[in-house]
Amino acid sequence: MANLANAGPEVYDDRAARLFLWATLLWGIVGMSVGALAALQLAFWPANGGISWLTFGRIRPIHTDAMVFAFAGNAVFAGMYYSLQRLCKKRLFSDFLTSLHFWGWQAIIAATAVTLALGMTQGKEYAEMEWPIDLAIAVIWVVMCINVFGTIAKRRVEHLYVAIWFYIASIITIAVLHIVNNLAIPVGAFKSYSIYSGVQDALVQWWYGHNAVGFLLTTPFLGIMYYFLPKAVDKPVYSYRLSILHFWALIFVYIWAGPHHLLYTSLPEWAQSLGMVFSLVLIAPSWGGMINGLLTMRGAWHKVREEPVLKFYVLALTFYGMATLEGPLLSIKSLNLLSHYTDWTIAHVHGGALGWLGGMVFGMAYWLAPKLWNTELYSKKLANMHFWIATIGLLLYVSSMWTAGITQGLMWMATTEEGLLKYPNFLETVLALIPLYWVRMIGGTMYLAGSVLCVYNIYKTAKAGQPVDIEVDTSNDRHVAPRTFHERLEGKAFPLTALALVAVLIGGIVEFVPAFLLETKVPTVTATTPYTPLELQGRDIYIREGCYNCHSQMVRTHHKEELRYGPHSKDYEFLYDFNFQWGSKRTGPDLHRVGKKYPDLWHYRHMLDPRLTSPGSIMPSYPWLFDSKVDTSLLAAKLNGLTKLGVPYKDSVLQDPVAAYNEQADVIVATLAAEGITATNDLEIIAMIAYLQKLGTERAPDEASH
Amino acid sequence: MIVIFMLIGISFILGAGALVSFIWAAKSGQFDDLERPAEEILFDDFFGRS
Ligand code: HEC
Repeated sequence: MANLANAGPEVYDDRAARLFLWATLLWGIVGMSVGALAALQLAFWPANGGISWLTFGRIRPIHTDAMVFAFAGNAVFAGMYYSLQRLCKKRLFSDFLTSLHFWGWQAIIAATAVTLALGMTQGKEYAEMEWPIDLAIAVIWVVMCINVFGTIAKRRVEHLYVAIWFYIASIITIAVLHIVNNLAIPVGAFKSYSIYSGVQDALVQWWYGHNAVGFLLTTPFLGIMYYFLPKAVDKPVYSYRLSILHFWALIFVYIWAGPHHLLYTSLPEWAQSLGMVFSLVLIAPSWGGMINGLLTMRGAWHKVREEPVLKFYVLALTFYGMATLEGPLLSIKSLNLLSHYTDWTIAHVHGGALGWLGGMVFGMAYWLAPKLWNTELYSKKLANMHFWIATIGLLLYVSSMWTAGITQGLMWMATTEEGLLKYPNFLETVLALIPLYWVRMIGGTMYLAGSVLCVYNIYKTAKAGQPVDIEVDTSNDRHVAPRTFHERLEGKAFPLTALALVAVLIGGIVEFVPAFLLETKVPTVTATTPYTPLELQGRDIYIREGCYNCHSQMVRTHHKEELRYGPHSKDYEFLYDFNFQWGSKRTGPDLHRVGKKYPDLWHYRHMLDPRLTSPGSIMPSYPWLFDSKVDTSLLAAKLNGLTKLGVPYKDSVLQDPVAAYNEQADVIVATLAAEGITATNDLEIIAMIAYLQKLGTERAPDEASH
Repeated sequence: MIVIFMLIGISFILGAGALVSFIWAAKSGQFDDLERPAEEILFDDFFGRS
């Protein structure tokens, strides 16, 4: 096909769309299956089979990263590469770059899955990949950008259709987010420490997390909507003017709303309020898009009955509208207090992921497949069946998680007349949800089953048809004379890019400033000491096992939180938390004040099998921590890396970290021995206990009386 | 602290660049016709289908 492009007339490169569409669907099945397994484990913990790489903390990031980078990511590339060529009336810039992009991206996903299963992770949500993979992502992203901007620069249509703007804003912003959030010091082949710690890291991470949802899962799909929806109904978008307005409003507002992920935390009050206000403002541009989409279908509603493509788009827009209303509501502080850390968040993201994203992706897939293989869709009936299974599954999923979230949120906050917690035992609030976890698992599995039908349908379609080369309409070639640099700049891609970038950067900087200012304030009150070599190794095991997927480490500034967990967390307590571990979901209780709460023996037994201390617990057992010896080969490199980041380790520790390590480990071993447990000082469990016992024990003296 | 200065510096340069490019964009008439482009996308594919 490539040489055809040179020899004969120019044709579109639809191989790109075919490949990325396959990747979308196949990785989608993988990602959803892992999700279903994770869901099963919350209802029935032994479903991890006692295998370390199948435990919840390891597979949950595989599920989320697969859905974000593999399912949504590949779908964006498929839709963007297909539509961009047509909107520009130009074949993709370079066949080589397209192939490199495709295979590079798939290799990245495969490497991510393997390394995360092995516990090589940064422990930052949706950015778990370790530094070599992050570098690869950056390189492949640049490859894609060159391909996209090259195509835009050589386009034959003067006007940049609104979809292209959405694509540009998305790919530029994601590049900035990815780089800023993943800046880290490597201390081993697959181990690094973020250059940010504690509050700063949390801020950067949620600036990233929030905007990654915006610019990887929302804006590119709006671009896709503005192309594929008018095509599917064969009518122009309801209001083109509104689409342009909606674009600028969205990208200018979105970036400011990030702090709503950190309400009631150690983040400065005003930054929290700013995040909340901007989140509410966000409703307007979001609904602008939804209304524009729905009105585009005016006069085509009768087609929705037979046409699965349109059904999925209606589903997508409905859930887009719902999720973009729910999101801002959840960022209202009083509601957030109830919903945060509960399954309500899970309901919210799955409304977005299964409704909005899934709806757009499957709608696009059913519309594209017949075009890409020049035939009819194999079975509309099957596609309609897919729609109904998916919708019912989705409703089961979302409604069970809403119920679970509200139930648990209320139970956490419930107090008796005397002002005591009504449900002081956290586990009780978990066990109340188990039936709902089963419902969720069934709903998710139905959604997965629908997706399998889709893959089958598309496979049959592809087999029945033939890929066909479609000629580019070159009649209105605007490139008459060779263009100067100046003229090329005037090609508008550049100004739009720059504008989008600036909007993003400025929003981000204003959020960063407060946290970086904290740096200067903290040391005067701090009692915080660096993690000892033993605690550090324990912490790295905590990150490896992904405990943050079930446990937060952030007692919020609210008296009912304090009633349950103890004094609220202070910013300086996280000073040396390189790669913060605040978490976002409390499937288990908050752990920030767990240090010294229990004796070492309790942790020893609990980690061996949580049901020994907490009957009915759904936390996995971690028997391998009792066999494996701590890998200290990186210890010196770790301490050096942290020293570079400003952690004040004593020279004696730096010179002989192993001695310091053994000294502290021996104390724990002796404590356990006194209780009749024989353990050696090099076991992982010893390091884990040391870390857990250190958590939250270092409040400044002037505040200890609080 | 260096990080703030770095970020502010970058954003100033970009801000200036954006201002200039925005004037270019407005001047070159990207927003002049907001009807036709929406319709034109519907006619991109029937050409040369084999
Ligand atoms: C599937 C979710 C899940 C994962 C993963 C998980 N936990 Fe838990 N954890 C729980 C639940 C539920 C409880 C409450 C019941 C209990 O005590 O076991 C709990 C309780 C705890 C407690 C007791 C807290 C208290 O105040 O009583 C500690 C300590 C703990 N977990 C540590 C860990 C560590 C360390 C890891 C990672 C190696 C981990 N957990 C992984 C769900 C999880």
